Amino acid sequence: MNIKWSTGRRLAVLLAPLAMCGFAATAGAQSMRDVETVAKDRGLTTADLIAAAKTYLPSGQKDEYLMFASGGHAGQIFVVGLPSMRLLRSIAVFTPEPWQGWGFGVGDKIIAEGFPNGKSNLWGDTHHPALSETKGDYDGQFLFINDKINARVAVIDLRDWETKQIIKNPLTLSDHGGTFVTPNTEYIIEGGQYATPWGSDYAPISEYKEQYKGSVTLWKFDRNRGRIDKTQSFAIELPPYWQDLSDAGKLASDGFFFMNSLNTELATGGIQDKKPPFEAGASRNATDFLHIIDWKKAEQVFKAGKVEQIKGFPVITLKTALAEGLLHLTPEPRSPHGVDVAPKGDFIVISGKLDPHVTIYSMEKIKQAITSRTYSGTDEFGVPILDFDSVVEARIEVGLGPLHTQFGPDGYAYTSLYLDSAVARWTLGGSYGSSTPEPDWTLVHKTPVHYNVGHIAAAEGDTVSPDGKYLVSLNKWSVDRFVPTGPLLPQNLQLLDISDDGTNMPVLYDMAMGVGEPHYAQIIKADKLNTWTVYPEVGWDPHVQNINPMAPKPKMERVQRNDDNSVDIYMTAIRSHFNPEHIYLKQGDTVRWHITNTERAVDATHGFAVPVYNITASLEPGESVTIEFVADTPGTFPFYCSEFCSALHLEMMGYLMVEPK
Amino acid sequence: MVSIVDRILGPRVEPEEVSTHSLRYGAPGVLLLIARVLLLTSLFLPYWHMELQAPQYPDGLHMTAFLNALTGDVAEIDGLNHYIGMRSLYEAAEIERIVGVFIMIAFVVMLELAAYIHTRWAVLLIAPAVFFPVVFLVDLHLWMRHFGLNLDPHAPLSNAVKPFVPTALGKGGIGQFVTVATPGTGLILATVASFVLIAALYFHRRAYLPLVKQRNATAASPTSA
Repeated sequence: MNIKWSTGRRLAVLLAPLAMCGFAATAGAQSMRDVETVAKDRGLTTADLIAAAKTYLPSGQKDEYLMFASGGHAGQIFVVGLPSMRLLRSIAVFTPEPWQGWGFGVGDKIIAEGFPNGKSNLWGDTHHPALSETKGDYDGQFLFINDKINARVAVIDLRDWETKQIIKNPLTLSDHGGTFVTPNTEYIIEGGQYATPWGSDYAPISEYKEQYKGSVTLWKFDRNRGRIDKTQSFAIELPPYWQDLSDAGKLASDGFFFMNSLNTELATGGIQDKKPPFEAGASRNATDFLHIIDWKKAEQVFKAGKVEQIKGFPVITLKTALAEGLLHLTPEPRSPHGVDVAPKGDFIVISGKLDPHVTIYSMEKIKQAITSRTYSGTDEFGVPILDFDSVVEARIEVGLGPLHTQFGPDGYAYTSLYLDSAVARWTLGGSYGSSTPEPDWTLVHKTPVHYNVGHIAAAEGDTVSPDGKYLVSLNKWSVDRFVPTGPLLPQNLQLLDISDDGTNMPVLYDMAMGVGEPHYAQIIKADKLNTWTVYPEVGWDPHVQNINPMAPKPKMERVQRNDDNSVDIYMTAIRSHFNPEHIYLKQGDTVRWHITNTERAVDATHGFAVPVYNITASLEPGESVTIEFVADTPGTFPFYCSEFCSALHLEMMGYLMVEPK
Repeated sequence: MVSIVDRILGPRVEPEEVSTHSLRYGAPGVLLLIARVLLLTSLFLPYWHMELQAPQYPDGLHMTAFLNALTGDVAEIDGLNHYIGMRSLYEAAEIERIVGVFIMIAFVVMLELAAYIHTRWAVLLIAPAVFFPVVFLVDLHLWMRHFGLNLDPHAPLSNAVKPFVPTALGKGGIGQFVTVATPGTGLILATVASFVLIAALYFHRRAYLPLVKQRNATAASPTSA
């Protein structure tokens, strides 16, 4: 810490707006000298103060960007504001979450839609969120997320930030290669990862090559309904490699998507029998295969009915895929993570963890090689392999353990370096090259991050028009960055300022993420979203995004006993009472409890919680829900509003009295 | 013999007289026309605003009264008012909101007629419109007083909030809320119309009073019969 006079003056200029915004109203007597004093006391450098000034948001000011990050095995989505790096909220998806009232009476049916093989499964392993796109740019309407553990895809509506659909893949059990959308969100790409027999039926691993299948599923998205349309979706059978991350082509590569793979060795492990473990067997070859798939052609093949129904789902078999020319391979550095398409769609960047280079493929060359059949051979399933040298544009040595690449608006690309614990900035060539001061295809700079970075996310950095400005490094280890939190440490999400060119690319902020392990994230300009602050009308059913005509309304509250001994409760909630407050049931009654929050004020959310019956709901203003259960336990149960809604919140309660048989 | 109608309508003015003194005879008519336009316009504009300010409502709560409608965050305000046992604002001035527009149209018709009546009877046709803004505010005040003083004694906060008279114009307060009541553009136009009407009356009397007197004098003299 050494602030000289000149630095102090520079600081004064930099921090003046901060001081004026933050303190002017309350403390006119404060000056930049006070900032220096605070900096001195806290041991902050000039760079620290600048970082603070770039990230600090005074109360009431809002973030410019929203980052939608997966939550890993928390099974949720986490939404973080940039540049403040404040966690704004989580979105419950695969895992029940009581604050949002997700999975405790409300949302249960959506969660159950995704139960694998009919078995209750109350968590997920979310990896790669995908914002819906129009013409290759985020449109802020929907968000998709995969669940690696059970191969499920969820749809979230960004008007109310609620999960609307969970769909289980009938063919595969893992889908690390999801979710990625085509440029107009025609399809959501879900690559199956660890090969299993179709539908994860039983087959001994000795029959790996014959019985185990690779696949990719293209889920058709119906934007009007806000749902995946399963009847218009299909899969393509692939060799039993572990198809991994994908990316859809755009502009120059529109109509194609690209998919990495691991274990093209077809290793079957067996460490217990002294056979090479997967980690060795699956890394034996120097290269794996980049899959190049023509989805527009595949769509025609599907529509022409050239599919087989497998597990009740249409599959373009590998044989058909080859006959129709849908699939090509080309070698890629082994153990690849990211396959990332450059903004104009003309280059595809791949990093293999065990190769210090990023390898850049040219779409033009790929198309030429496909047309001229420039093959270096076929794999053992007969899939043509495009000659590596004929399709590669450039290779750049960026450092150890390169994983994922994102793009800036100015001809820079950024690649995470897992082993180096750094983010590399390098220059694209071709038509991008002219906008950077450095020569084409060169490593420019590496900023250390802390530690073991996985994915990185730049502002709109995987779209046709990246914004630059910010990049978040999603670090797997935090080691010494935070106060110890027990042996389980938070993830460290580091914000980097990438607005300057050249070697200036500082870390601005460390955000501890102690609620999940984000893998990939996407960062969207906040003003692109049209988020509702209250539901459009009272009696809104978020599941259908429309008014529920049966929703309880004021003055219509009642308890209605039906002929079949089921009971419908029509209840309203408003500060600070439920109506009705006395509910009499008989043991064994089937209950449909309808509740409408009739509030119109922003943030006037009510909770609804019933003890013993494991019910908790979050009723946002206007929302109407129905909770079904069987009143199997007799007793007296005070139910109450679980969200501190008003001064008389504690009094917002009622009694459920279940009379024994 | 002067008929009843003539007695009310008053003496007519000769066309030559009108053209020589166009300002004198034109002024009342023009002013009445202006007042009619102002009042008709006010029908479509808010008469009264109430803003409620409190920390948890950074944008405030707003309520706007038109002659025939109550708009804004009325439901929210009603929701809050239930804590102190105040009746729903929709129950206030129901009749006034139904007849308000018709009364205003009646005023306009009366002002139209007033332009043709040259006797003091014109005052009767004009005066109601003049007093309208005052009547509006008094009515508003009485309703607020009625609502504020007749709180449901069984309301949640009955012990904490005593009956009170909300402020019809200006700043008031209840609980953590500061209330700011301001006249709307419609009320302002109606008030301007009142002054215009007073001016119209003045010019009306200045133009026609001498004629009426002259006629009365003529009628009184025996030779005219």
